[in-house]
Amino acid sequence: MYHAIVFLPLIGAIIAGLFGRSLGAKACEYITSGFLVFAAFLSWIAFFSVAYGDTDVIRVPVLQWIQSGSMSVDWSFRIDTLTAVMLVVVNTVSALVHIYSIGYMHHDPHRPRFFAYLSLFTFAMLMLVTSDNLLQMFFGWEGVGLASYLLIGFWYKKPTATAAAMKAFIVNRVGDFGFALGIFGVFVLFGSISFDTIFAGAADFMPVEGADPGMEVVLNFLGYSLTRADALTVTCLLLFMGAMGKSAQFLLHTWLPDAMEGPTPVSALIHAATMVTAGVFLVARMSPIFELSIDARTVVVIIGAITAFFAATVGLVQNDIKRVIAYSTCSQLGYMFVALGIGAYGAAIFHLFTHAFFKALLFLGAGSVIHAVSDEQDMRRMGGLRIYIPRTYWMMIIGTVALTGVGIPGLYFGTAGFFSKDAIIESAFVAENAAAGFAFTMLVIAALFTSFYSWRLIFMTFHGKPRASADVMHHVHESPAIMMVPLYILAVGALLAGILFHKQFFGDYYEGFWQGALFTLPTNQILEEFHHVPFWVKLSPFMAMLIGLVTAWYMYIRSPETPKELAAQHRGLYQFLLNKWYFDELYDFLFVRSSKALGRFLWKEGDGRVIDGFGPNGVAARVQDVTGRVVRLQSGYLYHYAFVMLIGVAALVTWMMLGSAF
Amino acid sequence: MTDWPILSTVTFLPLVGALLILMIRDDSEIGRRNIRNVALLATSFTFVLSLFIWINFDSAEPNFQMVERVEWLGSGIAYHMGVDGISMLFVILTTFLMPICILASWRVEKRVKEYMIAFLVLETFMIGVFCALDIVLFYIFFEAGLIPMFIIIGVWGGKRRVYASFKFFLYTLLGSLLMLLAIMAMYWDAGTTDIPLLLNHDFSAEMQFWLWIAFFASFAVKMPMWPVHTWLPDAHVEAPTAGSVILAAILLKLGGYGFIRFSLAMFPLASADFAPLVFALSVIAIIYTSLVALMQEDIKKLIAYSSVAHMGYVTMGIFAANAQGLQGAIFQMLSHGLVSGALFLCVGVIYDRLHTREIAAYGGLVNNMPKYALVFMVFTMANVGLPGTSGFVGEFLTLIGIFRVNTWVALLATTGVVLSAAYALWLYRRIIFGALEKESLKAMLDLSRREKVILYPLVALVIFFGVYPMPILDVTAASVENLLNNYTAAIQSAGDVALSN
Repeated sequence: MYHAIVFLPLIGAIIAGLFGRSLGAKACEYITSGFLVFAAFLSWIAFFSVAYGDTDVIRVPVLQWIQSGSMSVDWSFRIDTLTAVMLVVVNTVSALVHIYSIGYMHHDPHRPRFFAYLSLFTFAMLMLVTSDNLLQMFFGWEGVGLASYLLIGFWYKKPTATAAAMKAFIVNRVGDFGFALGIFGVFVLFGSISFDTIFAGAADFMPVEGADPGMEVVLNFLGYSLTRADALTVTCLLLFMGAMGKSAQFLLHTWLPDAMEGPTPVSALIHAATMVTAGVFLVARMSPIFELSIDARTVVVIIGAITAFFAATVGLVQNDIKRVIAYSTCSQLGYMFVALGIGAYGAAIFHLFTHAFFKALLFLGAGSVIHAVSDEQDMRRMGGLRIYIPRTYWMMIIGTVALTGVGIPGLYFGTAGFFSKDAIIESAFVAENAAAGFAFTMLVIAALFTSFYSWRLIFMTFHGKPRASADVMHHVHESPAIMMVPLYILAVGALLAGILFHKQFFGDYYEGFWQGALFTLPTNQILEEFHHVPFWVKLSPFMAMLIGLVTAWYMYIRSPETPKELAAQHRGLYQFLLNKWYFDELYDFLFVRSSKALGRFLWKEGDGRVIDGFGPNGVAARVQDVTGRVVRLQSGYLYHYAFVMLIGVAALVTWMMLGSAF
Repeated sequence: MTDWPILSTVTFLPLVGALLILMIRDDSEIGRRNIRNVALLATSFTFVLSLFIWINFDSAEPNFQMVERVEWLGSGIAYHMGVDGISMLFVILTTFLMPICILASWRVEKRVKEYMIAFLVLETFMIGVFCALDIVLFYIFFEAGLIPMFIIIGVWGGKRRVYASFKFFLYTLLGSLLMLLAIMAMYWDAGTTDIPLLLNHDFSAEMQFWLWIAFFASFAVKMPMWPVHTWLPDAHVEAPTAGSVILAAILLKLGGYGFIRFSLAMFPLASADFAPLVFALSVIAIIYTSLVALMQEDIKKLIAYSSVAHMGYVTMGIFAANAQGLQGAIFQMLSHGLVSGALFLCVGVIYDRLHTREIAAYGGLVNNMPKYALVFMVFTMANVGLPGTSGFVGEFLTLIGIFRVNTWVALLATTGVVLSAAYALWLYRRIIFGALEKESLKAMLDLSRREKVILYPLVALVIFFGVYPMPILDVTAASVENLLNNYTAAIQSAGDVALSN
């Protein structure tokens, strides 16, 4: 069964990719979507049998991969509850996105290629989440990067799309640089990179009460002799660098907004629900070692909190409908990392799970809007669409209430985001981590911003007077059923996932559900403690949500002139946010231009002037000085060479013969 | 099965083909066609025959196999051939790429006869280098192999071919002379030129020092290592497509093979002492040439610079002197043979159509050459070291090998994964993506049948060895382990001596 779950998408990708032209677009769509629906179905079976049964971790060997000296890696699946959750998320969203794309990409001449890429992506993502070692995970990790690159650049005629594709791949590689070093570090520390060995070996790194904290040096890193605890921290931080790249965390986030150049279903699948959560998955998967390094987790908390806040501020002023959602994704990923950092792994994965539903819903809904208004993405040229596309409108409303976390504080009743996001905020309040207080503040403020920009999106798009041209408005139409049905299904998830599953992910059934897939130290009781926070803490995300909603309503419905006035009054701040804190400009200056300048310098001056100048050209010039002119250099030196070589051999042989004669 | 001299047969079969071609007149179209067919047949047959070497190869045996030995020239120099896990696959790589090169040269019209002869002779010498078990024999093959290469660049090359082959010549000359002196010194010390015997001979530490430097001078140029790499971009740019393929895929590997067979195995003490130097040069090569590659305007130059960067991983892995580093280095060389060869073939495909290597002349080729775009994408990703392609395995193993030895080197070398992505994807974007706007490109056709025959097997192999590299790792394991055991033993005993003093 697990072979089928993972390899069906690959087979679909191969069929659509290589035989797409002869099979025709229709056949490719049905084959890849059919495979995905089946794989999704199997994933749910796997989910219930693994997470709700009491089977041990399932291991499925596939093929030997690399064996060199003491280093041995296989292609192999490892299914536990964490993997099962990811299987469900990946395959469900992917299947829905496949189906949705049949409608959305209807006019595109390159549909077989599109579906091949989508299925290829799904395969790589499945390899990532089912891996039983770090290297196969790295394969999936880079594989999703490739698929993301191909899909962002799907419309290859658009220079902005191909530039964004390249940027995404390269920025991700910066993270992968850290990930790779982290893998090397793990190998040196544990003598293996397979999860079973790592998790078993982690026990040796456990701080023991009263015992002498080991001063034994286990890793020499960049000239520093690291003891066990420090070595573990360094390794965790290197792995986290990979997670930062893939999950678009602060400093390595710049690629994600640009990735919106790709077709919208791609944004929903890759840049919202699945690929970008790979970093969260990585840290959760490595919880047995992250749990042991408080310092590493503090860094995770800080980066997560900054990302949640930073991305939310930028989201406040963006005008491109997809970019608003993209920054929202970035911000929500920050929430997940905060949860990981404070040790609330269950809450992090739960937010990953619910976020997949409502964020995919928002993206696909946005796609439906874009589809309706003739591929316009600028919200300033939308407005008043509520009456024309009511179904899409309601789906977007559901996505928004789920994202902003509408629910009744104190009671276990609300949308998906209400359960998962509030759990993170409350956990941050009770956490003992040094950065927890900072994180709590940031997350509450971010919650306010989230509510503001989400409702701003709804109001600008669907309310008020239509701002699109009459021509566009004339063509506005609701999307076909093949696009709407996936939205309905996701909407059900966005509304009910919280109520249905919160007890499993971080409530009463925690132990039986995870069965050790997430590791926590006995001292880590955070998921128990957060239930007992003061009422004002439980109320704070709710209030933040309400304030955001009211402000958005006031600024975009009640008094639409206010935003412009505010922007004019605080011009500097507005530009700062609109230009995304000027990160692109900064990086362009720091890395892109300087690399190019350095490359040119090394080429022209280093290779050209210094090496060639003193080396071959210098010698050649001397030779020419002596001979005065180049006398048949072309044929001459060749014979010289052969001559020298033959003389050499002759001399050698003669000398040896003479030697042996004596 | 090894009763008949299979290694000699494989080595000299191309030469037989060359002799046959010598007898064909090339003044008619039929004659030229026959010449091509004979060359193709000879190289294909050599390849098929060479597969028997692999089939009969015993992976568990660390020592030389299929050994042939005939006394020659008196005085102890023997015609001594044999392969082990380190050399065997290079023989296969050579024989595999040769028919591809002949096919890629199908449209060469200028002096076809001499052209094919040059390639066939080259093949004999290249196979000979990897099989030679006598150091004089090795030297003869090693140096003689360069002569056909000079001719190929000098006669069938581009506009600045004279400059390019002159540069190649100058660099090589110095190294060769030093190596010759070193060989003499080795004979003087050990009393033999037999490689298996030399491998067991303990040279004094001081002697190792000088011998290591002499061999280094020769191999570093071949690799090429920074800063003696500048001949390579020029040679590549001027060489005809097939010449570039052989240059990148096989000639560059002579340096790496030499480092393993001679420097590391025969001079372990010096290797350990000089390792930091090699690491430094390797890291500089990786970062420096990647940055330079970023700014190239000529496709072939860009790929040539990327080759230098990739060879940096090889030298680094070899002198990390552990199983991962060394096996990774061998794997990286084999994989780079396939990938860089394929990349030059890809350049050849569009060069044949437009007769320019300038990146700016292209753009938007995906529109009318989708198959080409896909093939080029696979090799670009392999060049970038994407897991699942053969390029990843070697890069990963060498990096993990070096990480165990020196984390600074590993850290700096790993930046190569970012830089390689930058230059390779930027190249791909400028050539393949975009709208098809330039008039000159609109008539360009997708891959022809001949080009598919050339490129598709390479695609398959690059992916196969990325997913399942074990056939290669299995073959190399025993010999590498043996070499490393001797290496550590030598270092240890030297340490013991130092302690007891």
